Amino acid sequence: MANFNMSNFKHTMPARDPSKRCSDFMETTLGYDENAAMEEARRCIRCKARPCTEGCPVKVRIPEFLALVSEGKFEEAYQVVLQTNCLPAVCGRVCPQETQCEGRCTRGVKGEPVAIGRLERFVADFHLAHSVKEAVRPAFNGHRVAVVGSGPAGLACAGDLAKMGYGVTIFEALHTAGGVLVYGIPEFRLPKSIVRSEVEALRALGVEIVVDAVVGKSFTLSSLLNEWGYEAVFLGTGAGLPRFMGIAGENAKGVFSANEYLTRVNLMRAYEENAETPVYRARHAIVVGGGNVAMDAARCARRLGAEVTVVYRRSREELPARREEVEHAEEEGISFRFLSNPTEILTDGQRNVVGVLCTEMELGEADASGRRAPVEKKGSLFRLDADCVIMALGTSPNPLIPRTTEGLSSGRRGEILADEGGRTSLKGVFAGGDAVTGSATVILAMGAGKRAARSIDEYIRNQ
Amino acid sequence: MYRILKKTYLTPTVVRMEIAAPLAARNALAGQFVILRADEEGERIPLTIADHDAERGTVTVIFQVVGGATMALEAKREGDFVATLAGPLGMPTPVEGLKKVAVVGGGVGCAIALPVVKRLFELGAETTSIVGFRTAELAILEQEFLRYSSRFFLTTDDGSKGERGNVCAPLSRLLAAGERFDAVFAVGPLVMMKYVAETTRPYAVKTIASMDPIMIDGTGMCGCCRVTVDGKMKFACVDGPDFDAHQVDFDEAIARLKTYEPIEARARERHCNLYRAASQQAPARTKREEE
Repeated sequence: MANFNMSNFKHTMPARDPSKRCSDFMETTLGYDENAAMEEARRCIRCKARPCTEGCPVKVRIPEFLALVSEGKFEEAYQVVLQTNCLPAVCGRVCPQETQCEGRCTRGVKGEPVAIGRLERFVADFHLAHSVKEAVRPAFNGHRVAVVGSGPAGLACAGDLAKMGYGVTIFEALHTAGGVLVYGIPEFRLPKSIVRSEVEALRALGVEIVVDAVVGKSFTLSSLLNEWGYEAVFLGTGAGLPRFMGIAGENAKGVFSANEYLTRVNLMRAYEENAETPVYRARHAIVVGGGNVAMDAARCARRLGAEVTVVYRRSREELPARREEVEHAEEEGISFRFLSNPTEILTDGQRNVVGVLCTEMELGEADASGRRAPVEKKGSLFRLDADCVIMALGTSPNPLIPRTTEGLSSGRRGEILADEGGRTSLKGVFAGGDAVTGSATVILAMGAGKRAARSIDEYIRNQ
Repeated sequence: MYRILKKTYLTPTVVRMEIAAPLAARNALAGQFVILRADEEGERIPLTIADHDAERGTVTVIFQVVGGATMALEAKREGDFVATLAGPLGMPTPVEGLKKVAVVGGGVGCAIALPVVKRLFELGAETTSIVGFRTAELAILEQEFLRYSSRFFLTTDDGSKGERGNVCAPLSRLLAAGERFDAVFAVGPLVMMKYVAETTRPYAVKTIASMDPIMIDGTGMCGCCRVTVDGKMKFACVDGPDFDAHQVDFDEAIARLKTYEPIEARARERHCNLYRAASQQAPARTKREEE
């Protein structure tokens, strides 16, 4: 019988000194070493109910992989994770574990849950550092599938299909594969070398990746099916369309969508000295929103030298961002104005941002999302000075393909309509991830990509 | 990687490049653009498709050397490769059903105006082309415009070629003389398009401006190309780049184009020094036109 570690606290994961890390883009946290990983894994008491696996969108066999970690069998543990999660190094870093696996952990009832995310990251990093085994390329089953978009949904779908023997081609509009993992999530939270390794692992399975290919523009969806010989198409086009508030001054110089700001910093690496792509160097940036994207934008602006204030219309308790991101942001000196909502962006004569007019909010009744709706406090206007405003209000599905594809049903917000298995209104066309749900998480998109892979397999077998 | 098949200079600072890009060439239409990146570390810039050949799989772009990204592109020679060429992007210019049209081009914008004139000509429309430049040496594509235009007017600010003045003068005369165009297309600097819009407004002639804002992805993702049209926010990359010129907020667009001006000035300097050191054998080309 295993000798459990009954500490009520997670083994701390070392992180870089906030005063140093807030001026560069290297990874914030350093990961567990082997001893820490084994110690932490021994906190799992292998309860029968396995609530952690239930809480995981892709149903990673968590107790099994933790048991192997506790025995020092790290590569074996990695292989267990890999059975259901093709991007463990990514998910270990960016999943909101506190609302998924760790949120259900029995150890969390009295004390902190087992640090499942950190251990997932540990086994993935161990594998990347030590694996020498060549990937086995499955025998081609004679059927070809196109995947549109190389973000988490597309990568997961492509990976599962390739393992089943399908010939898979991924079409990506940008010049680098990875979708939101490369243009959205910053280097200090998810090093791009990890995304590259994951993409390379797919290539090793035989997946072909075509960049600079804008489906819906360079060629249509139907040409993939009718001219190019693909038997099915998976649409993992994400939720790329940024939202704005519709307030005065929003088109002033110095107002950016988080997508623009992050794309410049992450995809185009505008933070590097002598980068070709410019990024606005703010003195005081205001980030509007409270999700992970808002935290990412705030922390990027901080690293580029700005004083940063996050303005969020609800209170701290409602922040949708991962707790760890909020903590890291605060450690780095980012301040928060809760229960505040911008009503106007103030500008000078040259249309430069000089400040933001906000109103105070209070929380009223719970709304449709179950959260208490913020209500404006009358006569509570106040002004914040800023030379830059970054709007991180969420994104809507990209409209390019629905607009250019006849017969593909989409909803009011431009989301592609698909069932649980990813089946759309068009025969042979499947969809999943943010393109269907609107902006959500990496792991939910991966789960959708994997379910669609099963549906595609079933569809092609029944042809 | 996309190979540069042909490179020519229209003026010392305006370059035409024909690039092998079969995917982008396949479905290109007049008015659409591509996103191009000279090198692996390069900036993504939008360039309107000046011409394309679907059979040969080539796209032609014409650009003015104004900043770091265009300098890096200009440094490429025939046979070299550019890192990225994605497209065609944006909506094609709406030319169907038009019988009598004026196309007004300014400066390097004429390179973008030409494919519209050509397309209208092929569709059998009566085309009046009005092109304007600062001075005679900067005049481009005159022969090409003559070939596809029923009428042709050329102006220069200093009177060194054609009529002295700007493009609004001939347009204004035609409208005052009772010419009734189905549409007027304006392609050029924002200030020029703004004045073309003001010239046609009293005559209520449908006027279309081709907007050329800053972009990154070109697929609706970043929102930096947003333009206010009729009080509503539009993205030039997916909703445009052509918009009703009478509804466009040009003053806002002019300001937004200057967002990165101080940073771009530094990039230009870097490229100039870089290329001066690296390219002794290249033709003289550091002189650049200030718009």
